[in-house]
Amino acid sequence: MTSQVDVENLDTGYEGLQVVNRASFSLAPGEIGCILGPSGCGKTTVLRAIAGFEPVWQGRILIDQVEVSSKKIHLVPEKRNIGMVFQDFALFPHLKVEDNVRFGLKAWGRKERQERVQEMLAIVGMLAYAQAYPHQLSGGQQQRIALARALAPRPGVLLLDEPFSNMDAEMREQLAREVRSILKQENNTAILVTHDQNEAFAMADRICVMNEGTIQQQGSGYDLYHEPVNRFVADFIGQGVILPATVESATSVRTDLGVIEGGKRLADEPGAMVDVLIRPDDVVHDDAATESAIVVEKAFRGADFLYHLRMDSGIEVMCLAPSHHNHKINERIGIRLDVDHLVTFSRN
Amino acid sequence: MKTALASQPFLQRLWKPGVLLVACLFSLPIFTVLSFVLRPSNEVWQHLLDTVLGEYLLNSALLMLGVALGTLVIGVGCAWLTSVCLFPGKKLFSWALLLPLAFPAYIIAYTYTGMLDFAGPVQSWLRASTGWGVRDYYFPEIRSLGGAVTIFSLVLYPYVYLLARAAFLEQSVCVLEVSRTLRCSVWSSFYRVALPLARPAIVAGLSLALMETLADYGTVAYFGLGVFTTGIFRTWFGLGDAAAAAKLASILLLFVFTLIVIERWSRRRAQYHHATNRYRRLPQYRLRGYRALLAFCACFVPLMLGFLLPAYQLAVWALETYAYMVDDSFLQLTLNSLELALSAALLAVVLALFLGYGKRILASKTVSASIRIVATGYAVPGTVIAVGIIIPFAWLDNSVDSLLREHYGFSSGLVLSGSLFAVMFAYMVRFMAVSIQTVESGLGNIKHSMDEAARSLSYAPSEILMRVHLPLMKGTVLTALLIVFVDVMKELPATLILRPFNFNTLAVRAFELASDERLADSSTAALMIVAVGLGPVILLSYSISASRAGS
Repeated sequence: MTSQVDVENLDTGYEGLQVVNRASFSLAPGEIGCILGPSGCGKTTVLRAIAGFEPVWQGRILIDQVEVSSKKIHLVPEKRNIGMVFQDFALFPHLKVEDNVRFGLKAWGRKERQERVQEMLAIVGMLAYAQAYPHQLSGGQQQRIALARALAPRPGVLLLDEPFSNMDAEMREQLAREVRSILKQENNTAILVTHDQNEAFAMADRICVMNEGTIQQQGSGYDLYHEPVNRFVADFIGQGVILPATVESATSVRTDLGVIEGGKRLADEPGAMVDVLIRPDDVVHDDAATESAIVVEKAFRGADFLYHLRMDSGIEVMCLAPSHHNHKINERIGIRLDVDHLVTFSRN
Repeated sequence: MKTALASQPFLQRLWKPGVLLVACLFSLPIFTVLSFVLRPSNEVWQHLLDTVLGEYLLNSALLMLGVALGTLVIGVGCAWLTSVCLFPGKKLFSWALLLPLAFPAYIIAYTYTGMLDFAGPVQSWLRASTGWGVRDYYFPEIRSLGGAVTIFSLVLYPYVYLLARAAFLEQSVCVLEVSRTLRCSVWSSFYRVALPLARPAIVAGLSLALMETLADYGTVAYFGLGVFTTGIFRTWFGLGDAAAAAKLASILLLFVFTLIVIERWSRRRAQYHHATNRYRRLPQYRLRGYRALLAFCACFVPLMLGFLLPAYQLAVWALETYAYMVDDSFLQLTLNSLELALSAALLAVVLALFLGYGKRILASKTVSASIRIVATGYAVPGTVIAVGIIIPFAWLDNSVDSLLREHYGFSSGLVLSGSLFAVMFAYMVRFMAVSIQTVESGLGNIKHSMDEAARSLSYAPSEILMRVHLPLMKGTVLTALLIVFVDVMKELPATLILRPFNFNTLAVRAFELASDERLADSSTAALMIVAVGLGPVILLSYSISASRAGS
């Protein structure tokens, strides 16, 4: 299948300062991508380069198989067939909701235009507000209108620049899921930029983790969580601790918690010193276990507890335990490892 | 960050030199005058130094001191009362207290002189009811330094009031409540918390009021006070010495620059004084009994003396005199004023849009700096601007004239100086700052992401200008037009000096009639100016009653 968006070896930056370094990724039609990274990592710059607001230094960008940005070519944003949702929504304050949505449909016939506006407002559930002005809407409602406005002209790719960062924390994930279902309904290709992994997991099919201008790893949320390729991704996605270990055999390592057997072949030879990633769900609380540790910290999260435990060797691990296992701080509890697959990083 | 228009290199190339050219042109008078600070003094200057300069300095200093005190007491007091106290009439006062802004100081000066001098209604009534003779009683002389201080305080306190009130309203309710929990009473929390927090805003308002005081010519000339503006006039037209006049002007300019620095510094500090960004309705201290009465009077007296009374007096005079004052020449006068004000307003707004968009698109430090220099014009007194214009214009005229006579045997006469062009140029120097400020704040409301949103929806930059910027800027542009229009209608000294022979405006005519002691006859022209001046005041009062931070 041909791809809808291609970013190839992209270098770009502002005023002589390079902020993106050889970024590459592709999205198939209808796929939702996400660039996830801490603030200042260059993720928004990639998005703005795709939109055509920033020039490209090296590499190229293709939308729908057409080269829109390279060192020599720069198609202006209005000719790129993109849609964009901005962090501050950027609704036009002088236009009613329906006129905001209609704004991008200038080339359409009158009848189609009206139908499309109605359709979009229906999709985002804002039909009742067609005659309202943006300042009369709540943040979440403005968000929906911004989305409807960007999607109305059926853009080849929808770009979302931290679209939920102005929302209350509890609304973000729900909105992200809503936006995802709308995008899927319209079969839109989209790229989301965010620093919030929960948003990324809720919305994207494929996530590019970015740090200091470089894409570290691409894949589904599941892959990134369970098989991070480097320490940055391991640390940035999800929680966990990194323990020192020695390679025991081709598929197992020895730690203070005992020998851990992983399904696949390790990169390092037996005897080598490595670091192993232990997620909270790899550590299971079991009163019958032979190993035990002392509760240092605990956080109640509703369905479960997240315990920080200190083992006798002084090493700390995290453990996810069902909510009815309520232990006190300084209590000693039994734990055992239940590692599905090993994630190790070579030491050098 | 670059905007939508930035991708048009053609525009960009023309824009920057254009902005710099405009900026240079309209700061020329200021630099001309400034250059005289360092010029060696001549005989006339030595004479001024020996005789009147001390008087000018002393009078100006006393005037500023008095006006500072007067505007502070009235402005801050009324601002506090109308922002945090509840008493009858509070809502009305909160906007009506701005009304004195509609009066140019010189018109209030004529009106009060007419009311309070020997033959005026007040003294006549006093003599008639007591039977006193001419020398039997003491009555304060209005045409004095004290009189001028009173007049300026009554007209200029709204500057302090406006900024102080905005500062009080923006103060988060938390800090006031915290001070109450820390055992401060209402009044001590005013002195110890609210006032210090509002101080930068109050100082900014005060420096604006003092700039107006320094810039005034009509009032001090009418009262015969020796201050810088009148001194410049006398030196120029009495002693006929341009260099000495310019040197006087340059000293006045140094005073003004000090005030500009203070004002800008205070405004910057005022921004840092927001501790929290959560706002709630301010607590309202309900005043009862004699306290409510006192508060009412404290607000009513400035409104009465600064607006109602003079407006009433002008109306009475106008009713008496309009029958013979409103004739063809008066209509011509009005037409002159309107035409001049309208074209100046249009030009100022077009130039401001040019500069404002230049700043937005180019994001260049040179451009921003040169716009800031042009924007200092609002503080420069009209007399100083006039001097700064006539000197280079006359030099140019004379050079061209002598060149033509030498080579072609005919004379061009004076083309630039003493023409409407010079008058218009002066208006631009003085009032472009007003339009720039308005336009910039309007452009600030159009976020860059809106440009980008429109481009992502397939709009070209020129379409964005028409479909997004134009509708959003409409209100701003109209406001800027209105403010410049009214300022030009009121302007006196620069017009007086630069106008072509036999060309009059309402302000100049009112000044001439008042100087001839035909106070009642000047009332129709004065009333006209005040009526027009009400426009922006109403607009301003509407916007302050409608908006409040955080709501």
